[in-house]
Amino acid sequence: MNIHLYVPCFVDQLYPKAAMAMVEILEKLGHTVEFEEKIACCGQPAFNSGYWEEARTVAARTVEGLESAEVVVIGSGSCGAMLHKFYPELFKETPLAEKANALANKTYEFTDFLVRKLGVTDLGAKFPHKITYHDGCHGLRELGIKSQPRQLLEKVQGLTLVEMKEAESCCGFGGTFSAKFPLVSSAMGDGKCASALETEAEYIVSADSSCLMQIQGLLTRQQKPIQTIHIAEVLVSR
Amino acid sequence: MNGSKDQILARIREALRSQAPVPGNHDYSHLAMTPSRPKPELENFRQWLPPVESNSENQWDLLTKSFHALKTDFGLLESKARLIDFVLELQRVEQWKRVGIHHGAMTDEIASHLEIEKLWVDEGYDPQAMEQCEVGISECDAIVAQTGSILITAKSGGGRGLSVLPPHHLVLARTSQIVPDLPSAYELLYKRYGGNFPSMISFITGPSRTGDIERIVVLGAHGPKKLTVAILKD
Amino acid sequence: MSQDLTHRAVIKKALGAYEIKRDENRSKYLNWQEARQAASEIKWEAVNHLDHYLLEMTKNLEARGTKVFWASNAEEARQYVISLAVEKKVKSIIKSKTMTSEEIHLNGALEKLGYDVVESDLGEYIVQLNEEPPYHLVFPAMHLTRGQIKEIFKRKLGSDTSDLPEELTMVARNIMRQKYLTADMGISGANFGIAETGMISITENEGNARLTTSFPKIHVSLMGIEKVIPKLGDLAILLPLLATAGAGQQITCYNTMIGGPRQPGECDGPEEFHLVLIDNRRTELLADAEQRDALHCIRCGACLNVCPIFKNSGGHSYGTTYQGPIGSVITPHLRGLQDWKHLSSASSLCGSCTEVCPVKIDIHHHLLHNRRNAATQMPVWWERIAFKGFSIATANPALFQLGIKIARVFQPLHFLVKGTLFDPVRAWTQTRDLPNIPAKSFRQQWKSKQ
Ligand code: SF4
Repeated sequence: MNIHLYVPCFVDQLYPKAAMAMVEILEKLGHTVEFEEKIACCGQPAFNSGYWEEARTVAARTVEGLESAEVVVIGSGSCGAMLHKFYPELFKETPLAEKANALANKTYEFTDFLVRKLGVTDLGAKFPHKITYHDGCHGLRELGIKSQPRQLLEKVQGLTLVEMKEAESCCGFGGTFSAKFPLVSSAMGDGKCASALETEAEYIVSADSSCLMQIQGLLTRQQKPIQTIHIAEVLVSR
Repeated sequence: MNGSKDQILARIREALRSQAPVPGNHDYSHLAMTPSRPKPELENFRQWLPPVESNSENQWDLLTKSFHALKTDFGLLESKARLIDFVLELQRVEQWKRVGIHHGAMTDEIASHLEIEKLWVDEGYDPQAMEQCEVGISECDAIVAQTGSILITAKSGGGRGLSVLPPHHLVLARTSQIVPDLPSAYELLYKRYGGNFPSMISFITGPSRTGDIERIVVLGAHGPKKLTVAILKD
Repeated sequence: MSQDLTHRAVIKKALGAYEIKRDENRSKYLNWQEARQAASEIKWEAVNHLDHYLLEMTKNLEARGTKVFWASNAEEARQYVISLAVEKKVKSIIKSKTMTSEEIHLNGALEKLGYDVVESDLGEYIVQLNEEPPYHLVFPAMHLTRGQIKEIFKRKLGSDTSDLPEELTMVARNIMRQKYLTADMGISGANFGIAETGMISITENEGNARLTTSFPKIHVSLMGIEKVIPKLGDLAILLPLLATAGAGQQITCYNTMIGGPRQPGECDGPEEFHLVLIDNRRTELLADAEQRDALHCIRCGACLNVCPIFKNSGGHSYGTTYQGPIGSVITPHLRGLQDWKHLSSASSLCGSCTEVCPVKIDIHHHLLHNRRNAATQMPVWWERIAFKGFSIATANPALFQLGIKIARVFQPLHFLVKGTLFDPVRAWTQTRDLPNIPAKSFRQQWKSKQ
């Protein structure tokens, strides 16, 4: 399969390791990975702030840039939701409506793609650590991703998954929300960190780097003994 | 005088000129597959609500479980004599001096054995006198196994006040009055009252309670502190 | 928004037990999702044929002696109740829980005229004594500890009890009993209006609404126009959904359907029953087809209970009658978009509210819609510039890369301004560290890989 990997802007800049891990996994499974350098952002910040006109300008580039792609895989539930769920709404009754719908229908979040589309769960990874898993809200509630990452993690040698309390509750990131309401945002994140710490896991794993940025930011500031890591990085560990 | 009726209706009609998406189909119609599903009507609710088995023994088990959970007291009485003993025992233990009661086949029978002051409510009554009663005794329309609810109406339950003002509400019922679930209770209401419903219908599910202080459950907030259901086997 | 830690602990504890009971009762359903779907279709039918069902309901009610008053706004509704009280020489009024009365500020208006108005719902009574608005749609006093409630009772009622919830509840019970019997007017809300049979339905646990609607000579019920449902039998699914989603109960203690004043042959009940139907800008929300489903709300409170913003900031921080996610959706419609749009921003859009809502309102997406409408109507100048710039930059990869390069160059110098007013990312770094920027971006690594 010809897979177009969509790398969200902040993953590109801040978490290239996660994206490289996805490339490695997909190629190892025998697929060709492509990357469209011309696309910079999915437009979510503007969309979520209510500036849909501006968001459309940004998003149009993505819609057109990916028109010829066979499938699109995104390593972020949040941007995945943007392409899969919000583009059709954003472009409703515009000339790009049809293309946006077509893109939505061939877009998959990374873990969802592996498990549901490819039917793969065992990637031969080895990660001898105790971990806990954070369900990113967009992946969970907009895209229905819950069992997919767990199925993948289950097959990782040496890995023990300890579910935290309220694994499904929000980490408090919420894009611009984290900057507009920093204190509430942090309080939410603190609750998340506390639940994670309770499990005594070494790592908090998630499929969403934006959540991990929020959680790691709090953990580092508070010098807490737990690390965050993207699921793709776990899945390439040997 | 009915206020701004015409203006409000006009505004509603104007507003409804635009179409709202049908539920389950929201804005994401390109993704949502709307499978054809049963209509949201009374006869279909059972497909989704907590299940109730059809045999009466299982229904009884379910009912007693609900009663326990709700802190509803109950007795299953084999015969009329047992029922009378059950009520007289309650009277002795709780030392009732006054009872509020209405006329009915079962209530009349019990009243004839209760040698205490009775406030008959049927022809109207003084609320202050009811306030002095230790117990209100009423019949009911049905008992719902699924939820442990007692269905009363202004007709079957001796009006509006009797089942809620005295600190103890005693319900007299028969096993044949047990219905499996809420949909059956509503079906019964339609059948029994058709176009002429009593002005008050109430599902009573356990003694009055509140959780308004630290979400801790306290019984007897404003209504009865105690609810007892005496069920005669028939 | 408040940062009070003990307050947060109180809320967390209060909601902990709810979550367990809710999940337990929800798991008993054969199909909870389909039950929600059915409820949402019932409400859709009603709301999208509102004129029809309101007329059917009022016709049936009037046929059995109910007086129906249609109020366009809060003022008309208040005036109606006041004139009625004057005309009937009412002295004391007892109320059971009605959020609609909070919405139209009825208590204040009646008290100003010298009427004795008492809230009988325990939680409402507590916040009434404490002279504050309800904290939560369903649990008005959930933010107060038993110790605080004991103090309020002592201060306002002169009661001298321990702080046991049982004892405190009995204080209120004893005060209230005579009020039910002596009040001339009872005011209630209505959870549902039933078109088919001409009734209102009231859901409660305490029995105070039963008492309020049984003894006073005049019963007035306040109901938003959107509360109507087509059939009596619809309640067979709506009542359990309301109780399970909102309070974690299978069904609440009293679910009462009232079809008029005392009827011939009945032994008690009010002589008069007045139903006040309130629009108060609901028709404006109705006109917004995109968000019309917000009128499906049955005020169960579930979306508040799961909302991380509510849990962390509390019900009073909204400054609205209807708190929580649904309040943030509807308040801008009921009270003005520009004044209340900030509520829509105060959300991480996590979607817990939408997931839990028993009538499947698209709550968190409507927050997005409100943000869009607000920005379209009146953009915030700096945001507009920011997003214009953002859209130009991202549409131009070269420019975007340049921007990022500049940022990369300056990042090592960030420590110089970190935490100060000159820090461009101060909001973030107050409480959080920034990730370290890796030496090479994915783009760069990808290029060298090719
Ligand atoms: S929006 Fe839904 S969850 Fe929130 S109060 Fe209304 S019905 Fe309940």
